[in-house]
Amino acid sequence: MNTPQVFPSRDAANSTVPDLRVVTTPPIRVFVPRDTAALAVGADAVAQAIRDEAAARGLSIDLVRNGSRGLLWLETLVEVDCLGVRHAYGPVYAEDVAGLFDAGFLQGAPHALAHGPTEAIPYLARQQRFTFARVGITDPLSLDDYVALDGFCGLRNALAKSGEEIVAEVTESGLRGRGGAAFPTGIKWKTVLQAPSDTKYIVCNADEGDSGTFADRMLMEGDPYVLIEGMTIAGLAVGAEYGYLYVRSEYPEAIATLEAAIVLARQAGYLGTDILGSGRSFDLEVRKGAGSYICGEETALLESIEGKRGVVRAKPPLPAIAGLFGRPTVINNVITFASVPIVLDRGAAFYRDAGMGRSRGTLPFQLAGNLKQGGLVECAFGVTLHDLLYAFGGGSASGRPLRAVQVGGPLGAYLPAVQWNVPMDYEALAGLGGVLGHGGLVAFDDSVDMAKMARYAMAFCAVESCGKCTPCRIGSTRGVEVVDKIVAGQQRPQQIQLLRSLCDTMVNGSLCAMGSMTPYPVLSALNHFPEDFGDAQQAQAAQAA
Amino acid sequence: MRSDAVPDPVPAFTRAATLAVKPAGKAATKSGDSADACTIAALIAAHAGQPGALLPLLHAIQDTLGFIAPDSVGAIAQALNLSRAEVHGVITYYPHFRTAAPARHTLEVCRAESCQAMGGDALAAHIQQRLGCEFHGAHASRAVGLEAVYCLGLCAQSPAIAIDGIAHARMTPARIDRLLDPLLAESDDAPSTGQGSGDARHVLQASRRRQEAP
Repeated sequence: MNTPQVFPSRDAANSTVPDLRVVTTPPIRVFVPRDTAALAVGADAVAQAIRDEAAARGLSIDLVRNGSRGLLWLETLVEVDCLGVRHAYGPVYAEDVAGLFDAGFLQGAPHALAHGPTEAIPYLARQQRFTFARVGITDPLSLDDYVALDGFCGLRNALAKSGEEIVAEVTESGLRGRGGAAFPTGIKWKTVLQAPSDTKYIVCNADEGDSGTFADRMLMEGDPYVLIEGMTIAGLAVGAEYGYLYVRSEYPEAIATLEAAIVLARQAGYLGTDILGSGRSFDLEVRKGAGSYICGEETALLESIEGKRGVVRAKPPLPAIAGLFGRPTVINNVITFASVPIVLDRGAAFYRDAGMGRSRGTLPFQLAGNLKQGGLVECAFGVTLHDLLYAFGGGSASGRPLRAVQVGGPLGAYLPAVQWNVPMDYEALAGLGGVLGHGGLVAFDDSVDMAKMARYAMAFCAVESCGKCTPCRIGSTRGVEVVDKIVAGQQRPQQIQLLRSLCDTMVNGSLCAMGSMTPYPVLSALNHFPEDFGDAQQAQAAQAA
Repeated sequence: MRSDAVPDPVPAFTRAATLAVKPAGKAATKSGDSADACTIAALIAAHAGQPGALLPLLHAIQDTLGFIAPDSVGAIAQALNLSRAEVHGVITYYPHFRTAAPARHTLEVCRAESCQAMGGDALAAHIQQRLGCEFHGAHASRAVGLEAVYCLGLCAQSPAIAIDGIAHARMTPARIDRLLDPLLAESDDAPSTGQGSGDARHVLQASRRRQEAP
């Protein structure tokens, strides 16, 4: 639209603003996400169709490729900036674009795919976005966008503090490791700060291999600078001058975005030998994984960066004492590092005030599997699982009743409906024999066969075990065999006893979480859904015979 | 052309990482394909000074040549001061690395829990029937190879797959057929692009186009 647009002026006579009626309006900003979740459902084609359609109609638009808002059932979610308010349309496919123009979506007009102002969509309005504050709003690679929304404020504050003061701030915030183990971040950093060494490293674990999780990916693709800022603050805190981001090879868009962001941050003086003129040094590089799930275990990840097979190390020594290349190393998950800038910007108390019990701040929950409204929900700890599944998730995608939810990735427990009132908190989940892990929820409807899921957990462990310790390497293969015998009805009571004994050995005898937690999904399936392991199959087998 | 390029007892990695490719025909006459050997030598030179260089080097070789030939293990081991067993061990440990030429296109199908919750098993069965092969196999024409992957990070839009590293979500048998039909119809002499999700060549090109788009 090249014709000047008429804006109502409240008090034109007294206004110091030039008369808008004679100013040519700037092009209308249209947002089409570049997150893989959008690209995988045709966002590039949508963006091209919008450009083509605008050109054909002689309309001037400014098309921005933003991150994803996390309302993933609506991807590709196209937004239009109407007088400063962003209006949402989705899910948009390329073939919908002409119709959107016809309806006047550039002015926020109604349409079958319209959802009104994005921020008012209940799914988004009910969230508390700390770590994901900018994701979906900004152009991920625009430093101007990042700085305009409080970017690098935490880094500037950190540059004015001593290492001890930064560590104290992070400790007071109550931030715990978001990768799953939930170890207090400040204590880990303090250990590295106090370790004597002329070389220390910062390592970001971005090997997000858990099924049902995508928060790391969305953050790396949607707001890479917050991760760079968090790692830089960690470097300043403990006296490290170099960092590695270990990203799984299945995330090529995240790798490309991070690499571009690192170059731009370095050019602008946020990384390098003289950060913001402070004389302090910090720099980063991306390392690509190679399809091994176990490399998400911190010591296996360090081995992998060193160029070796991703085999788990025995602890001690802790990575904080002897980590990467034998040096003291801070290794944290993407979300942990990305939560640090807001702590340094707004203060420890601001972050600590959200949450419950010993779980402070927020967690980005990831709603996945058989849910109508899958996506990313960042909330303070304490929200119930039921709320996440129904108030946010909208129940099952298939329309059938939900039956089981796996919380915390492939090593997390399957929870039955009677446990869904549990508040999402590290200790509350542990009380149920489960884990909150990285905050991924995978929902299953009543068509799920839980004995099959138990078998899969053992089979996955057999495929991905690094092979170093016996309970994991051999126990997982024996576990598959035992589940098969149970399902086939061969000496079922004895085999169930054997499975429990095997799980006990794996829990207590494995070197890392891979072997010691694979029993969580297996035993929770067996305990909560015994009918799937039991007589029903026997009856069917008898009928078939 | 550098006069000291061949023959040279000094391993390539001791020189600066100039990416100077040795002249074809003179270098690496032992291995079958001298052009590939030159490429590998140049990649070794570019990575040898890097701490923990092995994985980045193996990625670079596979991204450039499509796979890591077993007869390149010796040169890699020598350049990085490792044993051949160590290099072989790393290549075979990681599922992403392959030691033989892939099919023309690579289809990766997610087999993890979230995709199972949304009909992933039925989709996988349909794909196996369509391609007439099991996982880790390929269509008889070698137009499409089939691999399993454990999570593409698209779990809210399951089931998900990737073709030549480009992800596709909310898959159905009909949608996968629409994606596979043109690949299976390609003529045999079409250029090979068989890349897994990590061989970011296509994705990087797409990403660059996205950044440079007006």
